Amino acid sequence: MNLRLLPYGDRAVLAELDTLQDVLALHEALEATRPAGVLDVVPAARTVAVLVDPHRMPLDTARAWVSAAQAAQTGARSYGRARAVTIDVDYDGEDLPEVASILGLTVDEVIDLHTGTPWRVAFGGFALGFGYLVTDHDRLVMPRREQARTAVPAGSVGLAGEFSGVYPRSGPGGWQLIGTTDAPLWDPNRDPAALLSPGTTVTFRRRS
Amino acid sequence: MSVFERVEAGERDAVADSRTLRVLEPGPLTLVEDLGRPGYAAIGAARSGALDRGALRLANRLVGNSEGAATLEVTAGGFAAVIERGLWFAITGAGGPITLDGAPIEADTAVRASAGSVVRIGTAVRGMRFYLAVRGGIVVPAELGSRSRDILTGLGPAPLRAGDVVPIGADPDAPIPVVDTMTISQPPDDTVLVGLHPGPRADWFTAESLERFYDTEWMVAGDSNRVGVRLDAVGGGGAVALRRVVERELPSEAMVAGAIQVPPSGQPTVLLADHPVTGGYPVIAVVADASLDTFAQLRPGQRVEFRHAR
Repeated sequence: MNLRLLPYGDRAVLAELDTLQDVLALHEALEATRPAGVLDVVPAARTVAVLVDPHRMPLDTARAWVSAAQAAQTGARSYGRARAVTIDVDYDGEDLPEVASILGLTVDEVIDLHTGTPWRVAFGGFALGFGYLVTDHDRLVMPRREQARTAVPAGSVGLAGEFSGVYPRSGPGGWQLIGTTDAPLWDPNRDPAALLSPGTTVTFRRRS
Repeated sequence: MSVFERVEAGERDAVADSRTLRVLEPGPLTLVEDLGRPGYAAIGAARSGALDRGALRLANRLVGNSEGAATLEVTAGGFAAVIERGLWFAITGAGGPITLDGAPIEADTAVRASAGSVVRIGTAVRGMRFYLAVRGGIVVPAELGSRSRDILTGLGPAPLRAGDVVPIGADPDAPIPVVDTMTISQPPDDTVLVGLHPGPRADWFTAESLERFYDTEWMVAGDSNRVGVRLDAVGGGGAVALRRVVERELPSEAMVAGAIQVPPSGQPTVLLADHPVTGGYPVIAVVADASLDTFAQLRPGQRVEFRHAR
């Protein structure tokens, strides 16, 4: 795996990787060994940013930590340390019939694929408590809608590209909607406030 | 939903002599801010917090608070409030006329208010953001460990409105410090020099464009806020051609306060405390942390020049 450490000012470094799988692996290794003085570890599509308090962790130390975490990787994926949640879904999304037809599947087959393997939060960033979820197969890869909706209701479960996701609150969006859930994705009075954070594994369950 | 109690005009007996501050005029934007909430970027919340962290720390030190106590960040002035019980307060940051019951008072020093007196912050003439610290700090409920208002995510208490009653905490143990000498840097009102570090995507731009970026004199655009400051080039219609070596689209990546994004328009945006946690425009450079407070005080139209930070 290639790791490029890019400069990011005097309080952060940016690790760039070749694939999202590499991002997931590095993020997991960093979270497992996170020292004091690290303020944020922020994964994204091809990068992991590490934000530090430079008085407690100099940038050189942060760079060495990221390199060591990368070097220590075995390549094996473990969900061992991750938080796991199950989200109950009513597969009643407006776009579900179209999603099935694009994929050449029946609606039931789409639902089986969505519920059949665990998903994992790769990264966030789109909204408070939103997670971009990936799984081990690419059989639900889906283009975004040509026309984004101006208001996608909170709790909508969607597909876009290689990702699945749940809207924590109502907002505009171009994802293909396949279902709805009343799982509380964001609750500022709960610890943690976000149900989903990078590394969390998610199993979708069809509500009967 | 507001976390503040509210009283209508004529009802003030309800809060008289309570440990509160009652807003008469909020001005264009007055927010509760402390030193923010680091640690939540991965779930979608930037650090937020006071834009001028130095001014917030100073205001708190002057009244014996812990450095990171919550204060009011008053943007552009136009603020007035009744201090319902006798207590100490201090105003730092921007420059402008400030009064207590109509009499001018000093900035950057602890001032004693008697019960029912009115503190007033006039229009800022230097800089943009005042910090009003009261002894005991502002004690609205915290969200994710901070009382700061983040205007992007909506975390933290809503902007203050006339009639809001702002709760103040108990006196800290530390006394009002006796200050013999103190260095206070007033916000500059001419061209500001800002130190930059290379950004992660500096090499996406041609060497010539990078040079042009540093050589250009920039001007703060009027639509700047706590999320970011947009810069227009002085002359030349506001934009500068910043040509890229790498033309492909950038997959979204983490943003930090001080990151300077260059969108296709060529008008850079300096991200501030309430920035989006990820973004898809290449970051050409990052403001040195020591220069970041400067951006809290830049006024629309003010000039900025960049240099390489050491």
